[in-house]
Amino acid sequence: MHEVDMTRCLLQALEDWRDQHPVQPCVEQVHLLVGEFTCVEPSQLRLSFAAAVKDTWLAAAQLSITSVPLVGKCLVCGNSYRPDPACGYASPCCGHPMETILSGRELKIQRIDYS
Amino acid sequence: MHMSISDTMNISLLAANDQQAQHNRQQFDAWGLFCINVMSSPGAGKTILLEQTLRALHGTHAMAVLEGDMTTQLDAQRLTGLGVPVVPITTGRACHLDAAMVSTGLSLLRQQCDPASLDLLWVENVGNLVCPAEFAVGEHCKLALLSVTEGEDKPLKYPVMFREADCVLITKVDLLPHVPADLGRMGRHVRQINPHCGVFPVSALTGAGLGDWLAWLGQQLLAQGRHHRNPPQHPGGLQRPSVTVT
Repeated sequence: MHEVDMTRCLLQALEDWRDQHPVQPCVEQVHLLVGEFTCVEPSQLRLSFAAAVKDTWLAAAQLSITSVPLVGKCLVCGNSYRPDPACGYASPCCGHPMETILSGRELKIQRIDYS
Repeated sequence: MHMSISDTMNISLLAANDQQAQHNRQQFDAWGLFCINVMSSPGAGKTILLEQTLRALHGTHAMAVLEGDMTTQLDAQRLTGLGVPVVPITTGRACHLDAAMVSTGLSLLRQQCDPASLDLLWVENVGNLVCPAEFAVGEHCKLALLSVTEGEDKPLKYPVMFREADCVLITKVDLLPHVPADLGRMGRHVRQINPHCGVFPVSALTGAGLGDWLAWLGQQLLAQGRHHRNPPQHPGGLQRPSVTVT
């Protein structure tokens, strides 16, 4: 379950952020962007995060995950499209392979709400 | 009155790993060595491919291996004796190597040799088609293996791995007479996900296709401006007929 290791990286980033503050902030919500074309399952990440922050300085923090759809751009017809695994991720209008990915690879800490 | 503050971050969730991977890469570049991260599902043939590749490049390229496995050092033991330093990395419960583990492996490697004397560093990742795709270790090149026994649809089922790969080797083609696998279809599925990666069918057992793989590797080294200690001379045993993906 690599979401545990993802969580470890997330906690490291949050600790680095905390260390920039003279007084320890109380984190209320951590907003993540998770692309559809990643190996991360949001429910597993939430579970892992909840277990990891229990009884720590992040115990009150909630994880908010926004899923980002996979969007490709066909270099032949120029259209943006939602690649479908059932169609081999190909461009629906001309069948061209998935060349450019416009979104869906995001694994980002977008924002931290705190007091 | 309660007042919340928002800090916009827009940093990678994997920033901690990415920073370590970047540090590893800087070390590789300072040492002048080319690092290849070898990934596949368990049993696709990573270790035997490495055995054959190490044999083929022996004498022309100075190499070392970081050998990742969840448990045991069996693969590392297989590679020991091929004349290159091998550092086992046992990951325990982790199903992939991360940049910190590779950094630890590099420290152990330095006890065996001077990395600056090497041309190539092979990182054999833990057998897994999911997690290793997301965790950079500082590699210059990602190599994914897919065996003919795994089925033609794996690139579509595990697309991130095959999207991330710079090169895909379709392995165990010597088994094609015995398994219902369509090599052309398998290659097309890889290229549906990743149109520009190199795709080469190989058999590490018979040597078929290994010349094509080594030629591709040589091109990557040239493109990177890497210099090997001696001119490349692939042993005759690897000059077998190519197997073509149509």
